[in-house]
Amino acid sequence: MGMTMTEKILAAHTGKERVEPGEIIEARLDLTLANDITAPLSLEEFEKAGAKAVFDPERVVLVLDHFTPNKDILSAENCKTIRAFAAKYGITNFYEGGACGIEHALLPEQGLVVPGDLVIGADSHTCTYGALGAFSTGVGSTDLTYGMIMGSLWFKVPESIKFVCTGKWQRWVAGKDLILHIIGLIGVEGARYEAMEFAGSAIEALSMDSRLTIANMAIEAGAKNGIFKVDAKTLDYVAGRAKRPYKVFESDPDAYYRKVYEIDVSGLSPQVALPFLPSNAKPVEEVKGVAIDQAVIGSCTNGRLEDLQMAAEILKGKKVAKGVRCIIIPATPDIYHTALTRGYFETYLDAGCIISPPTCGPCLGGHMGVLARGERAVSTTNRNFVGRMGHPESEVILAGAAVAAASAIKGEIAHPAEVL
Amino acid sequence: MMKGRVWKFGDNIDTDIIIPARYLALTDPAALGEHCMEPMVPDFAKKVQKGDIIVGGANFGCGSSREHAPLAIAALGIPVVIAKSFARIFYRNAFNKGLPLLEADVYDVVKEGEIVEADLSSGIIKAGGKEIKAKPIPPFMLELIREGGLINHLRKVLGDRK
Repeated sequence: MGMTMTEKILAAHTGKERVEPGEIIEARLDLTLANDITAPLSLEEFEKAGAKAVFDPERVVLVLDHFTPNKDILSAENCKTIRAFAAKYGITNFYEGGACGIEHALLPEQGLVVPGDLVIGADSHTCTYGALGAFSTGVGSTDLTYGMIMGSLWFKVPESIKFVCTGKWQRWVAGKDLILHIIGLIGVEGARYEAMEFAGSAIEALSMDSRLTIANMAIEAGAKNGIFKVDAKTLDYVAGRAKRPYKVFESDPDAYYRKVYEIDVSGLSPQVALPFLPSNAKPVEEVKGVAIDQAVIGSCTNGRLEDLQMAAEILKGKKVAKGVRCIIIPATPDIYHTALTRGYFETYLDAGCIISPPTCGPCLGGHMGVLARGERAVSTTNRNFVGRMGHPESEVILAGAAVAAASAIKGEIAHPAEVL
Repeated sequence: MMKGRVWKFGDNIDTDIIIPARYLALTDPAALGEHCMEPMVPDFAKKVQKGDIIVGGANFGCGSSREHAPLAIAALGIPVVIAKSFARIFYRNAFNKGLPLLEADVYDVVKEGEIVEADLSSGIIKAGGKEIKAKPIPPFMLELIREGGLINHLRKVLGDRK
């Protein structure tokens, strides 16, 4: 019996020939990550453990992206604590201020994660890096502390399920639409404790940005990680960025999968997910006309260049509907700069959009776009739980950047074709 | 043996319900506890009594990796959460923070406010006049609990190194 790439990466980091699903292993870590809301608890545990150093100051990443620029005094105090920790322990990859981007867009972009890596992050969307052919998963602050000190952590080897996607993509349909469709298909616990592997010609046709979006939302199906085969596009993306040597792992043809789903993307429309679960996915045509108060285009899910480009193409020469706030959040300083030089900002400003600095901000109802009672947003973020973006009686409809931009123009959920 | 009054929560109780993100700048468990379950039961922290038990449906604790979630529940004196199934990050976090979880199908046999009994070591739960056996806690995690959680385990490891 062969192994999946997830199993191979875990085995390689455990010093074993092979690992089996269900096995408990202690694996070596290549990188650990925490942010301004998970690091404070982690640093408290660091003190309690009596540690004198982190396992490797170059492999501990701290990103102050959630409640920044500091939204209130408590957030500012937390950032101050983390800043002092970074200085004391010589953390080289400490990101704040003008260097700061949304962690899961920033780390791949800066070449901090490379193919074959084993990464943990105290943030559930750490699964994003599977798009690079790495094993990466979200953990809590205490597990992160252990990893940060020891450079290793225990894992239960997950079973794998595979999604073989074929067919030709329709215009305005991208990674977000596929992952919403898949979560709709299998449910929010359809991949609980498992590895989701994405393969097939339709996946090969996708950009790295779209692949990062898909891997990002594996957690919304309950998965431990999402993972993609490393191909020419991956290697092209990694070239010139990678800060460390990397290793390519590939699933064996006779690897075991608990289940294999075959999906033809040819008939896939842009998708939206209605409140209050990401699994409430519907083709946008079935939801047209639902009024919105706000559109958010950004986040670790969809704040990358492909998303900003789609939004700019749709908003070009148009106006955001009266009474609608359209907030655009480029995910990193590099993305911000490129969007600016490509002229997207002029398009956005002419259309009446708000351009935010990189921050997780409204995605989790933190700041920069919190909803009032009874308000509804269309958002390119990843969760539409009760009260996620603000008041417990507000609503979030999840979508890709194209639908969010089109909806901002119409003031109601719309297919991009309706405004072009 | 734990014995307590039941608070029922359904399927897919996410971490934004357990502790909304707007409170995540807090790190004090007691302060977090004050906002526990707020979107669903606005004054939960006032109504709940020490020793009460949360019974959930499937996929309890789905969503974010925030450890603030098990901290908030434990801060209210809730000794155990029993659910049909748990999201994986929440599962690890709860044990790491000293909040035991039992995976058992109790939700459909108990009514809100009823008394349930749960025994961690045997996994036996007495609820709604029935005796239900919870899925065994993995031996590896039982060992962690015996050592007093992951950080105590770590202190031991670091101490041995010296």
